[in-house]
Amino acid sequence: MSQRLIYLDNNATTPVDPRVVDAMLPYFYEKPGNAASRSHPFGWVAEEAVDYAREQIADLIEVDPKEIIFTSGATEGDNLALKGVFEMYKRKGNHIITLKTEHKAVIDACQKIEAMGGEVTYLDVLPNGLIDLQVLENAIKDNTILISIMWANNETGTIQPMAEIGEICARHGVLFMSDATQAVGKVPVKPKEIGIHLMAFTGHKMYGPKGVGALFVNRKKPRVKVTAQMDGGGHERGMRSGTLNVPGIVGFGKAAEIAKKEMAADAARLSALRDRLQKGLMEGLEEVYINGAEESRMPHVTNLSFKHVEGEGLMMTFNQNIALSSGSACTSASLEPSYVLIAMGLGDDLAHSSLRFSLGRFTTDEDIDYTIDAITKGVNHMRDLSPIWEMYKEGVDLESVEWTEH
Amino acid sequence: MAYSEKVLEHFKNPRNVGTLDKSKKSVGTGLVGAPECGDVMRLQIEVDEESGKIKDAKFKTFGCGSAIASSSLATEWLKGKSVDEAMAIDNMDIVEELALPPVKIHCSVLAEDAIKSAIKDYQEKNGVAAEAALEGSK
Repeated sequence: MSQRLIYLDNNATTPVDPRVVDAMLPYFYEKPGNAASRSHPFGWVAEEAVDYAREQIADLIEVDPKEIIFTSGATEGDNLALKGVFEMYKRKGNHIITLKTEHKAVIDACQKIEAMGGEVTYLDVLPNGLIDLQVLENAIKDNTILISIMWANNETGTIQPMAEIGEICARHGVLFMSDATQAVGKVPVKPKEIGIHLMAFTGHKMYGPKGVGALFVNRKKPRVKVTAQMDGGGHERGMRSGTLNVPGIVGFGKAAEIAKKEMAADAARLSALRDRLQKGLMEGLEEVYINGAEESRMPHVTNLSFKHVEGEGLMMTFNQNIALSSGSACTSASLEPSYVLIAMGLGDDLAHSSLRFSLGRFTTDEDIDYTIDAITKGVNHMRDLSPIWEMYKEGVDLESVEWTEH
Repeated sequence: MAYSEKVLEHFKNPRNVGTLDKSKKSVGTGLVGAPECGDVMRLQIEVDEESGKIKDAKFKTFGCGSAIASSSLATEWLKGKSVDEAMAIDNMDIVEELALPPVKIHCSVLAEDAIKSAIKDYQEKNGVAAEAALEGSK
């Protein structure tokens, strides 16, 4: 292959680890059973495989296997947790608190809950993306039933102060839910230590397959229940009907087992590579800014803004070779910058010019060196072409220019 | 999104990137768009006083690949044209030449605006009424 392809979009999805693929393969043809078939060996084998995977996953996050509810992914887990809690507990109260920087699966589910008669507070974040704990505590009311805060942000990698949020929830007797999709398998995630009652995550962000996820639901002190969102055979303790995705679950379990063993080494290697990438770009280029709290960030993620560079054009300089995500999408006459970066208070200029680099288990040193070089060239190309960069270098106050909106 | 070969070619090898001396009477400058919309084009023409033809055209664009390609193509087309001929360049000609998809048509509109704005600047500097030029282009 003549063209080099580099994958730095691991927050979108990770490749499936070959060890995971190997574990899954027998469950397609040789062991085809339905885990709910109690009357023959095919079913028993499948059930045993599911039970084992449930243990592997529970072991990774240090919970009881009975507290793992298999889903199709984190979007389903978020929906089940939010809507399921709202329906189950609405007689106690109808108020939910979350963040403006949450994933769409949480924001959109909350908007649906509002349409169903719920009340939702979407909190602002600090400029570094972190929650203001005082603001959170002040937002709690008598009718608040649930606080939903994502563990690590998908765009910036910012890790929220989960232990402190857990204390606040405990103090006020409010259920605590977390979308931990980006964190599980990459950093230590122990919901019980923190007082989390519900937590959604997924296989395909941790080197497992797509189409399988889990919702942790606390069973003791307190026993949390959610109203099922799908009617059917009453699988997964009645909380999630539907035939279990046995090969997917087996792969998810294997991915959890590998993550538990290799997480620390992966994180150390990737944070060093991430820092090298960040340093290389910031030394080679002017006006590069890091988005999100550096001191509380996922080890494999950096989100950078390149001032006075248009994001989509910049992507075009390298996206034949390097896979990344941009903070904005130019699909119409006006750009739509990332709502996460806007919620952090970034101006349009920086929000439009941001790139998210998310490294993974299969990222190499050579990938990073190539990327530093390609992005540096791309940014220089765009700046050489940019009248705004020229004005900026000449000292023109861009705020004073009369632009023609279109 | 897949870009056409022509857009990619102009994007990688943009023609006539640069800056003309805007203080010269023979130079007209058009600056259109806004940073928050994600597109800013600056297009300049230099008109030969004797022949009345555009002898040089330069651009700089902040924007996506289609915006850069549209302005690069515009400078190619402008060179050698009279001001009246330049006024007649239509954004749909750019759409067709670059095979722009519907979501990128605004890039061609912006390029046409930049051409007209540069011509207007040139005419104002040289005391030509804009209306007269518009008549000529019809």
